Amino acid sequence: MIKARINNIPVEVEEGVSILDAAKKAQIKIPTLCKHPDLPPGAGCGLCIVRIKGTPKMLRACSTPLEEGMEITTHDPEIVSVRRTVLELILSNHPNDCLQCGRNNNCELQSLVADFGIREESFQKFLPDVPKDDSTRTIVLDPQKCIRCGRCVKVCQEMQNVWALSFLERGFCTRISPAGDIKLADSPCIRCGQCSNHCPTGAIVELDETAKVWELLQDQGKHCVVQIAPAVRVAIGEAFGYPIGTNLTKKLYALLRRLGFKAVFDTNFGADVTIMEEGSEFIQRFAHKKGPLPLITSCCPGWVDFMEKFHPDMIDHFSSCKSPHEIVGVLSKTYYAQKKNIDPKDIAVVSIMPCTAKKNEIIRCEEMYASGCQDVDVALTTRELARMIKQAGIDFVNLPDEEPDHMLGDYTGAGVIFGATGGVMEAAIRTAYFLLNGKNLDKLELTQIRGLEGVKVAEIPINGKNVRVAVAHGLNHVEYVLNKVREAEKNNQEPPYHFIEVMACLGGCVGGGGQPYGVTDELREKRAAGVYQDDKEKEKRCSHENPFVQQLYKDFLGSPLGDKSEHLLHTHYQARKVYAK
Amino acid sequence: MTENTKNMQEEIANLVEKWKGKEGNLIMILHELQNYYGYIPRPAALELSRALETPLARIYEVITFYNFFKLSPPGKHTIALCMGTACYLKGAPVLLNEIKNLLNVEEGQTTKDGLFQLDVVRCLGCCGLAPVIKIDEKVYGKVQKSQVMGILSEYGNHNQEG
Repeated sequence: MIKARINNIPVEVEEGVSILDAAKKAQIKIPTLCKHPDLPPGAGCGLCIVRIKGTPKMLRACSTPLEEGMEITTHDPEIVSVRRTVLELILSNHPNDCLQCGRNNNCELQSLVADFGIREESFQKFLPDVPKDDSTRTIVLDPQKCIRCGRCVKVCQEMQNVWALSFLERGFCTRISPAGDIKLADSPCIRCGQCSNHCPTGAIVELDETAKVWELLQDQGKHCVVQIAPAVRVAIGEAFGYPIGTNLTKKLYALLRRLGFKAVFDTNFGADVTIMEEGSEFIQRFAHKKGPLPLITSCCPGWVDFMEKFHPDMIDHFSSCKSPHEIVGVLSKTYYAQKKNIDPKDIAVVSIMPCTAKKNEIIRCEEMYASGCQDVDVALTTRELARMIKQAGIDFVNLPDEEPDHMLGDYTGAGVIFGATGGVMEAAIRTAYFLLNGKNLDKLELTQIRGLEGVKVAEIPINGKNVRVAVAHGLNHVEYVLNKVREAEKNNQEPPYHFIEVMACLGGCVGGGGQPYGVTDELREKRAAGVYQDDKEKEKRCSHENPFVQQLYKDFLGSPLGDKSEHLLHTHYQARKVYAK
Repeated sequence: MTENTKNMQEEIANLVEKWKGKEGNLIMILHELQNYYGYIPRPAALELSRALETPLARIYEVITFYNFFKLSPPGKHTIALCMGTACYLKGAPVLLNEIKNLLNVEEGQTTKDGLFQLDVVRCLGCCGLAPVIKIDEKVYGKVQKSQVMGILSEYGNHNQEG
């Protein structure tokens, strides 16, 4: 342990801990715009400078480890004055259009400038002439607002291993851009939106499509239905002062009705259907040897895009089952439309998602139009919904609880845990076990595959055979798992795993790119805990027990993997170029 | 696959083999590619990314970080305008503007007709002649703004629109 004094307060931390983190233990907050808890220090912004006794220079707290006996001053008039100058210099390269910015009122730079009481421009403005890029139709890159902190580049390259974003050129000309200044849509970008979630300013934000939804809601000829993803319910509260991880499912149902939606469905219902299909797919492959093992989950569109670009040799391993919100989408325009006698063309489906990639998934291939029209019309992120609630003037906090529209709205515990890493696997195993054994697992919780470890593996005995599963989240953890599969294939060995779950974002959807800002591991854990608590409190915790899912198959679909299910609920994958240009 | 791309693949495979496992090999390979093509063509960068198992983004970070590497084909004639201290004080910025205006070209770029490439350099080692312009291997000293057009016209007719 290292002992030192910060502002004369004794602190004790493990070796290697930075001064920035050590100061937190002494209740001292050192400002920074580049250091993020998810990322290694970059020493980019220069705001976290501190004074260390015996050193003439001011050092950066984010990248300087605490050393034995150090005496550190984090705040004195000179340090504060230097920080102010650093902020003023950043502002000299930053446009003043806060009022029209996607991060207005929620911007780390804006907050610091407010805290420091900067009232005038001390340096001449120099704004590079770099155009906006909304080519992905999911996130909008505005390099002019970039303060070159490097978070997005680190996220894209190191956390996600996508390498769409890079720093080009140097000095004044430094800018965030894909290689060769091509459009983001022509780059390897998988639209996960993690860059937008980590950006301290408005340089990368989600494409705001709330206006589209308001228009649909106003259209008298449209029958608007809506669904919410598992991870949204435990994160939306953060925008309204709730403790992190509070489950607001029933308030959300009430809210969405008040916004004007004619029917309120739940993506968790779609998750239960996914499990019926994907669980059956797994049994086909595992027990009846039809198709290659391992089976790999495909409900994460960022992961699907990544696989199609970087690992197309895995296409045969992919579950052909659509993601839960696409399932609710197509069923809204077929099953629900028939039951309610509404022309599917008059139905508009809005998905509230923790994810920016979902905005692209809804048009990714012809199967997303299986109902005869686009199955999901608009995908909004959690952040966009929070704005809509505020625009609508609804006192969200004091809303009464309501129930969903049951036909596509009731869910089991298995459906809701899709929101956390390991959840899809856990839900699938619960049902696969039942389908093979005719009874449920004695203990439904598969705690081995919960939590934030990058790769989690487990062996689950089913019918005298061990099912080997692997769960990876955060795309830099995927290669390890896939290489094991490739190695076994090359050597003609048994596959190392029978079933693999991958989520592009760290923590799974609770840590999605469209979720409220400020994500840390602590936040991911608390949001996940909210999801697992919901599961625990559910009377029915296995997808096959969902009475409305049973009714859906009885009245409409027939059986899992049957002709109708194949047509409506399944899709295909294709190798895609990493660079379109 | 055209003959050209096949040649490029072979060329890059050879370079990768030559520099395999050596520290800083990306820069060395980029040097050789630029010597060969005069710049780094995008297909070559893409092929190098594949062969060296290095993300294209990293390759472009390196290319754009160093002034030396070019992303567009060099012009027939290279103008090196000195912005070293002496030349700067003796009026190099005025000359730079004049060249930019006359040729409709930015620093580091090539004119659309491919005749000139404009590079700004730091000190050519003849400060006594400041301000200095070097075109290909010929050095022009004590250049005045009014002389620039005449000097450029020695190298053929530049088509400003082209």
